[in-house]
Amino acid sequence: MLKRLMPLLAVILMAFGLAGPASAQLQVRVDEGNFKPTPIAIPDFQVTGTNTQLARQIADVVRADLASTGLFDMQNPASFIQRDLSINAEPRFADWKIIRTDALVVGAFEELPDGKLAVSFRLWDVYGGELMRINGEPGRRLTTTPENWRRIAHKIADSIYTRLTGEDPYFDTRIVYIAETGPKTERVKRLAIMDSDGANQQYLTSGRSTVLTPRFSPSAQEITYMSFEGGRPRVYLFNIETGRQELLGNFPGMTFAPRFATDGQSVLLSQAQRGNTDIYIMNLRTRESRRLTDHPAIDTSPSMSPDGQSIVFNSDRGGTPQLYIMNTDGSPRACPSGGRDTACRITFGRGRYSTPVWSPRGDLIAFTKQEAGKFYIGVIGVDGKGERLLSESYLDEGPDWSPNGRVIVFFRENRPGAGPQLWSVDLSGRNERRVMTQTDASDPAWSPVLQ
Amino acid sequence: MHILLKASAAAALLAATAACASRPPPVEEKPVTPPPVEETVTETETVVTEPVVESTITPGSLEDFRVNVGERVYFDLDQYRLDSDDQEILKRQAAWLNAYPNVRVLVAGNADERGTREYNLALGERRASAAKDYLVSLGVSASRIDTVSYGKERPIAAGSNEESWAMNRNSWTQIVSGATS
Repeated sequence: MLKRLMPLLAVILMAFGLAGPASAQLQVRVDEGNFKPTPIAIPDFQVTGTNTQLARQIADVVRADLASTGLFDMQNPASFIQRDLSINAEPRFADWKIIRTDALVVGAFEELPDGKLAVSFRLWDVYGGELMRINGEPGRRLTTTPENWRRIAHKIADSIYTRLTGEDPYFDTRIVYIAETGPKTERVKRLAIMDSDGANQQYLTSGRSTVLTPRFSPSAQEITYMSFEGGRPRVYLFNIETGRQELLGNFPGMTFAPRFATDGQSVLLSQAQRGNTDIYIMNLRTRESRRLTDHPAIDTSPSMSPDGQSIVFNSDRGGTPQLYIMNTDGSPRACPSGGRDTACRITFGRGRYSTPVWSPRGDLIAFTKQEAGKFYIGVIGVDGKGERLLSESYLDEGPDWSPNGRVIVFFRENRPGAGPQLWSVDLSGRNERRVMTQTDASDPAWSPVLQ
Repeated sequence: MHILLKASAAAALLAATAACASRPPPVEEKPVTPPPVEETVTETETVVTEPVVESTITPGSLEDFRVNVGERVYFDLDQYRLDSDDQEILKRQAAWLNAYPNVRVLVAGNADERGTREYNLALGERRASAAKDYLVSLGVSASRIDTVSYGKERPIAAGSNEESWAMNRNSWTQIVSGATS
């Protein structure tokens, strides 16, 4: 998206006689080897109206979002020299160079006559001494109702992040997960949802039935998950807006490991019957299902490529759980390890591999690896090359990608007997951090960017 | 079980009292061990007056199956093969089920916590099916046996150690209906 806009952006910049080509501007590099966070200053916003506290809270969320990436060095407000910033005036760059900040965000908060609030902001390249346009505009102004203020903050943080890194946004998103309470032998598991930064936690199910493995639809309006409602594992749909839950399909045996297909029109899932687990795809409109694997081994945890053409899944057909890729239409494909097969194995390292999840960018697959008493979250190329382990603990399990494919969220039991918690880690392996939840938590899944 | 323990403690107490009353005790006799302190008899409990009946297990009952047959068979790491101990228990289960043809059962497969969730659901289903298949091979009608997998979601041992994991890798034959009450 941004890349496509770049030439246009350059044209606009030159048309307005603004300094230099866009490529010379401040750029935060996310994959650099000897990494150093970029200094950024985000002073509290100018306030029109009385709600100074809310204005500060919005700025706090913007700062927290950007700091959570590990890519920025958030400058301490106490060090700021210029105290008379205005959204309509150029900052005194010299004042900001003294404190060695690269980027400066200037924001303004307004209470509107209709009770809504508006936040405007501009992003400045301090050393370049120029405005950084956002989608060709000199700045952005966002309006919403007061109770929706966090989303404005996330959208501002997304704009700044995207403009500075060239990566797609991911702050204005939600995470669905399983909230766990009670002793291990009588665990209560509820479907729960929260904003990507852990705010606004809500429980979606009562805990009467154990629920597992929720995953978002591409519209972020529906969740597919597994529930023991009625005594056996079966796949359900949950509509976030209406709260309606619906059993998916009428399969014999049990169904589990659901995940939406890329286009959101179907759900991939596993069905187990008479000791054998295979993968199916069910069309949500026609309710017709098609069998994708037919093998006496366990085939489970399917995840579709962003282009919809391929499916990565977990199978123990080779003796231990490993990752395999197949064509969605079931036709044979050229395997990276040679030959043609309907399912190509892509993991050959030591240990057991499971829970594959295709990156939204299409080039990588995240997985859980188990070896010698430890669990790891890792990524591997679609061709089975370039395996990298990003995290390690007593139990690290169940990765899912941020919608921009930059961050992985997973759950961890730090030591034997510890309850699970949510963690995230950057694709580079840096910036491992806890995602706070009110209770023990597992099975996180990231929503697409909200509309 | 619990009542029996308390009754025997009370009997020991009575014996001790009787021993004290008789005079004088032979010197070589060892002091009577006092009853364990944790066996306190509260005032509301009528342990002594209640007739102590050896609890008889009704044949064909849930308890009969649980105590005299055995509900669970245990699996090796990552395995769903039934070893000779497992087969022995399942043979007893089959004989019992053949003797009480109205009983229906649910065989639930379980896995330990050292695997990932979805794979373990599939593994548990394999274990439950292995147990069911064995029961069917011994003449129990397949229509009387449902299977389910709880994966790693319902451990019976809460520990995070080899011993607990071994306990949690099992298939559990539960009576659903038809047992003698």
